[in-house]
Amino acid sequence: MGKVTEPEVIIGVPGYERTAEDAEKEARESGLKVAVNRLNFFYGPRQVLFDVSLRILERKITALIGPSGCGKSTFLRTLNRMHETVRGTRAEGEVLLDGRNIFEMDVVNLRRRVGMVFQKSNPFPKSIFENVAYGLKVNGTTRRVQVAEVVEKSLIRAALWDEVKDHLHKSAYALSGGQQQRLCIARALAIDPEVLLLDEPCSALDPIATAKIEELLFALIGSCTIIIVTHNMQQAARVADQTGFFLMGKLIEFNKTDIIFKNPARKETEDYITGRFG
Amino acid sequence: MNSRLGWRKFVNAFMLTLTGLCALLSVSVLLIVLGYLGWNGWQYLTWTFLTHLPAAVGETGGGMANAIIGSGKLLLVAAVTGIPTGLLGGIYLAEFGGKTFTFMVRYSADLLNGVPSIVMGIFAYTVVVLPMRHFSALAGGLALGIMLIPIVLRSTEDFLRAVPNPLREGALALGASKWKAIATIVIPASIRAIATGSLLALARVAGETAPLLFTSFNNQFWSHGFNQPTASLPVMIYEYAISPYPDWHRQAWAAGFILLMLVLIANVGARLILSRKSPALRG
Repeated sequence: MGKVTEPEVIIGVPGYERTAEDAEKEARESGLKVAVNRLNFFYGPRQVLFDVSLRILERKITALIGPSGCGKSTFLRTLNRMHETVRGTRAEGEVLLDGRNIFEMDVVNLRRRVGMVFQKSNPFPKSIFENVAYGLKVNGTTRRVQVAEVVEKSLIRAALWDEVKDHLHKSAYALSGGQQQRLCIARALAIDPEVLLLDEPCSALDPIATAKIEELLFALIGSCTIIIVTHNMQQAARVADQTGFFLMGKLIEFNKTDIIFKNPARKETEDYITGRFG
Repeated sequence: MNSRLGWRKFVNAFMLTLTGLCALLSVSVLLIVLGYLGWNGWQYLTWTFLTHLPAAVGETGGGMANAIIGSGKLLLVAAVTGIPTGLLGGIYLAEFGGKTFTFMVRYSADLLNGVPSIVMGIFAYTVVVLPMRHFSALAGGLALGIMLIPIVLRSTEDFLRAVPNPLREGALALGASKWKAIATIVIPASIRAIATGSLLALARVAGETAPLLFTSFNNQFWSHGFNQPTASLPVMIYEYAISPYPDWHRQAWAAGFILLMLVLIANVGARLILSRKSPALRG
């Protein structure tokens, strides 16, 4: 009597084809934000990244450490495809953001979701307000009230609001180095990125300015996935949940920060963090 | 040992003096030319000269009002044709161009820049004057415009390349498309320099005579629109200076003075613009 209802298709059944949406859902539920699978990177004929694979957790801080020239910055730049601005570069492999390959996405769209802060602060030659509002404007938000609101919110999140609220229309170049870097962070936060990439954001800053940036990174946990490249191992140990160690284009070790610093599995990692080279 | 030291000191002092003298010589030549022109030109400059048409041959008096306006018209045509082309081409070279293409364009622009200006005149004569069958401000302006292109192109390219790359990256990382980043960050960051470059280029072609000789030709009267032979200061100077009449010689001096002033004002103005920081950059 009546119709027999078809059983629901279960993920994992042979012959069942996973769609991109399924992959995205799976990734969301597993707490995985970025998955990198066998990434190889070339500058012209020279290979600088070899088979890098790692998994980055959502709303956590991941630090990438390693000596100069080990490829950690290059790796970071592939995550929002900034490497494409340099002629002659080529990335092979897979980078999945929420289960979707970023190399198949529209690059402008990708960069709206994956923001970046650079090693040297690079404020635009505009006012403080205009700097933070820039991302909103290029992405089509033009209502003045809304822009002003987001600018304030972003400056608060970047712990800069109190210092600049009375001269938002002054040049960004009038700020100190540390303030400029926080401005760049505020600028990136204004478009509410899901992932924030930081490429040695404190390398040009004094310890006090560095401490302020670290504080603000802590405050961002829970609202944003952060990947930070740093030369400073104490910094990685202080801020990161997971840490990856790069050496000569290879990801040597990737684990919880505690384990990397207290009980590394590989000798190279131990040598580096104990300061035997690098 | 001591004599070698003495010799080295002598060579040092000698070269210092020699280079200094040559520097002084080059600037004094310029100052003498400017001073001579200024002195003679200022002497013969009258209100009538600025406001009246040239007098008929044999009469004294009259002025060059038509040539002053004519030069303005020619420069207008030149600016409208040459500046946008050079500007956009320069943007392409600095921001988009591939290696080979950029090299080729840059090389040709440098060649074009070195082409004798009379050749530009011949070119404009062939493509504008011959088909239209008469001289015109359009033809003269076009000849000047073609001269503008390589200068504006190269200066725009250089100024854009001087904009630090991190600014471009910053804009791209915020989800700006390449053109948006160029239009909203890179160009505004160098707009004063680019404007200055264009203004200097205009000042440079303002004094050109050769390309105008058989394009805009000359005119003793007012020319209407852009379709008639048009008087211009450089051609007027040429014609008046080689004439046998002392009164015309005096007028040529005055015209030279006016031209010098125009170029000087453009130069000084351009440098003032360039040296002033943009409001957003002030602390």
